[in-house]
Amino acid sequence: MAFISSGYDPNNPMKDRITDIGPRKYDEFYPPVVAKNKGKWLYHEYLQPGVFVHVSETGDEIYTVRCGGARLMSVSHIREICEIADKYCGGYLRFTTRNNIEFLVSKKENVKPLVDDLMKRKFSGGSYKFPVGGTGAGISNIVHTQGWIHCHTPATDASGTVKATLDVLFDDFRNMRLPAHLRVSMACCLNMCGAVHCSDIAILGYHRKPPMLDHEYLDKMCEIPLAIAACPTAAIKPAKVDLPGGQKVNSVSVNSERCMFCGNCYTMCPAMPLADDVGDGIVLMAGGKVSNRISAPKFSKVVVAFIPNEMPRWPTVTKAVKKIVEAYAKDAHKYERLGDWAERIGWERFFEKCELEFTHHLIDDFRDPAYFTWRQTTQFKF
Amino acid sequence: MPKHKTPMLDQLETGPWPSFVSDIKQEAASRAKNERKVEYQIPVDVCDDLLGVLELSYKHGRTHWKHGGIVGVFGYGGGVIGRYCDQPEMFPGVAHFHTMRVSQPAGKFYTTKYLMELCDLWERRGSGLTNMHGSTGDIVFLGTTTPQLEEVFFELTHNLNQDLGGSGSNLRTPSDCVGQARCEYACYDTQALCHDLTNTYQDELHRPAFPYKFKFKFDGCPNCCVASIARSDLSFIGTWRDKIRIDQKAVGAYIGGELKPNAGAHMGRDWGKFNIQKEVIDLCPTQCMWMDGKELKIDNKECTRCMHCINVMPRALRIGNDRGLSMLAGAKAPILDGAQMATMLVPFIKAEEPYDEIKELIEKIWDWWMEEGKNRERLGELMKRQGFHKLLEVTGLKPDPRMVKEPRSNPYIFWKEEEVPGGWTRDINEFRKLHKR
Repeated sequence: MAFISSGYDPNNPMKDRITDIGPRKYDEFYPPVVAKNKGKWLYHEYLQPGVFVHVSETGDEIYTVRCGGARLMSVSHIREICEIADKYCGGYLRFTTRNNIEFLVSKKENVKPLVDDLMKRKFSGGSYKFPVGGTGAGISNIVHTQGWIHCHTPATDASGTVKATLDVLFDDFRNMRLPAHLRVSMACCLNMCGAVHCSDIAILGYHRKPPMLDHEYLDKMCEIPLAIAACPTAAIKPAKVDLPGGQKVNSVSVNSERCMFCGNCYTMCPAMPLADDVGDGIVLMAGGKVSNRISAPKFSKVVVAFIPNEMPRWPTVTKAVKKIVEAYAKDAHKYERLGDWAERIGWERFFEKCELEFTHHLIDDFRDPAYFTWRQTTQFKF
Repeated sequence: MPKHKTPMLDQLETGPWPSFVSDIKQEAASRAKNERKVEYQIPVDVCDDLLGVLELSYKHGRTHWKHGGIVGVFGYGGGVIGRYCDQPEMFPGVAHFHTMRVSQPAGKFYTTKYLMELCDLWERRGSGLTNMHGSTGDIVFLGTTTPQLEEVFFELTHNLNQDLGGSGSNLRTPSDCVGQARCEYACYDTQALCHDLTNTYQDELHRPAFPYKFKFKFDGCPNCCVASIARSDLSFIGTWRDKIRIDQKAVGAYIGGELKPNAGAHMGRDWGKFNIQKEVIDLCPTQCMWMDGKELKIDNKECTRCMHCINVMPRALRIGNDRGLSMLAGAKAPILDGAQMATMLVPFIKAEEPYDEIKELIEKIWDWWMEEGKNRERLGELMKRQGFHKLLEVTGLKPDPRMVKEPRSNPYIFWKEEEVPGGWTRDINEFRKLHKR
């Protein structure tokens, strides 16, 4: 493994340095039919799950074949995607915000062979490499975060929970039988770099134990004032601590009753880890949306306060998610999103129909806005 | 023969959904074989060790990645996330496993030629594992060693004409929807605006000068496919202010059943015959539509452009011609004070190059936030702390009922001295002449 220089000179980092050039320009990568018809598209139509056509006012058409992908992809996998796109799409493709791969086909006769080819390709373990679907009134790919693959703050794994959940929801990725589209998202801690807080169903990793305090190292590893300032509930105070060896050190104390387990202190101070095999697990939220269609965008609500981490397949999580999806599929009106359905039937009915237990944890007690989530009317259902 | 036993991860190879475990194993095998004769610049067994450490996390129920680690490329304060394994002796291949964020092209269109070039670079100088894409939108190169960071950056900029993305207290890499490139709903060119602002603000993107992260996201219409309204400090959502264009013949074709409602998105179930009254007119949130004989009528002045009717009948109804965008401010995920949705700030603005008016507003907002924002305070939190009035003041925007859901229900108005005739200074003795103690 000999070191090969790119041309960079560590003794003279500014030599020939190129900076601030930004991303490649989008139109370098447009297929010719997109370059020609940009801004001229008239309408689109779904032909089968995962396949749709856009028709331009020029009469041109572009067929899109959408398939799911684990957002974690190896270069071997990407090269296989490229090989497929070279064969059927003149070398053009795109990715969606939800980590789907979209093969862009300008010749209609290429669509069927492409779909057949994609559905034939499987990994050695038996899973599909490129399942076609994720369109219309169905379930698209689950957006997610890094989890135990690469992050220092997660309360659960991301890739694993998503794989397990999508295995259970797979039929709805390949079909369009739901009342409206249903978006599932996953974030492995409250930081929510995946921003799952407005999803029809959100799977969220959560800690339940206050941080441990590595007193001997805390002052050496952290800026104590930053750790204190990081706490949203002011639960952290400076403290002088006697170490077992008799040494007195500067550290912090945590008022555990005020801790909401957000982990913000750990983000500022590595000597305050929260992760715990028993304390950590999953919160399920439901009923959010980002679209302005019919009703305003809204937040997801907590519907299951805690489910322990059950590696490797999180069966309690996937079972609860499946129950919510089935209750919604059975009961909601056409075009009605999950949150709109829950509001129409009432949350008391939602818990009944989804067979979920309503516990005290689900009543908001975090700051002023909590009051306005309590029921302030005599209208309720028995 | 795999380097580590991974009995739990192996269970994630079955089932229909693409298995990330199988894919990592595939990459591990490819590196071991090295049919392309790649001169690997980081350990060959990096993927094996990643599986090993992940299996250990599955066993322990906790992550094995250490906190932070300040690494980067010279002159940039973002784009690289330092990551070290907390069991480096067991898993030396991932002892350093830094992430590099690569700024994605707007719209996420690619040629295979370019993707293959990225693959070649990352196979040689990194783990060969990526995220296509990260949550914010970047191409994520997952895992390399410290000495490779400058080398990757040098190759990206010199050979691929490609820069890194944002991380830390920077402008994060902006992202957008597919837009006019392949969508008839897009009310402005999301890619053009996303790319222009990304390049205009390269300094803000690479060199941390902000109180915390700042996100721009661009949705071409109110369907909000990139969720800008929920997760960006400044959200740009396309809209129009004239009339929905109607093709009455196509309306008839939907009613007659020749065209499938919602572009066929409900074909997985028999929902019965399309009923325009029930499925469109009655669901209109402003009740601004009706049938006049065989003609669909819309009172466009009352329309709030929710997109439902257009989504249901895309061949009959089209977005208006006088298009632009709405700017909303302050969205964020829950940490710290709870999640916030973006608030309407500019109901309508034209989106035309060189976007001077938009940039002027952005810079006024940044000036305020950089002056007043506390460490790790998002724009939305500052808006909450100092009030919407302050945002109006710093942007010079006029108050408009479109900015609120409803007027305040308390009269506790913080009147300013200049708003009240005579000001605050009064003479108590003058007052006492008429009002005894």
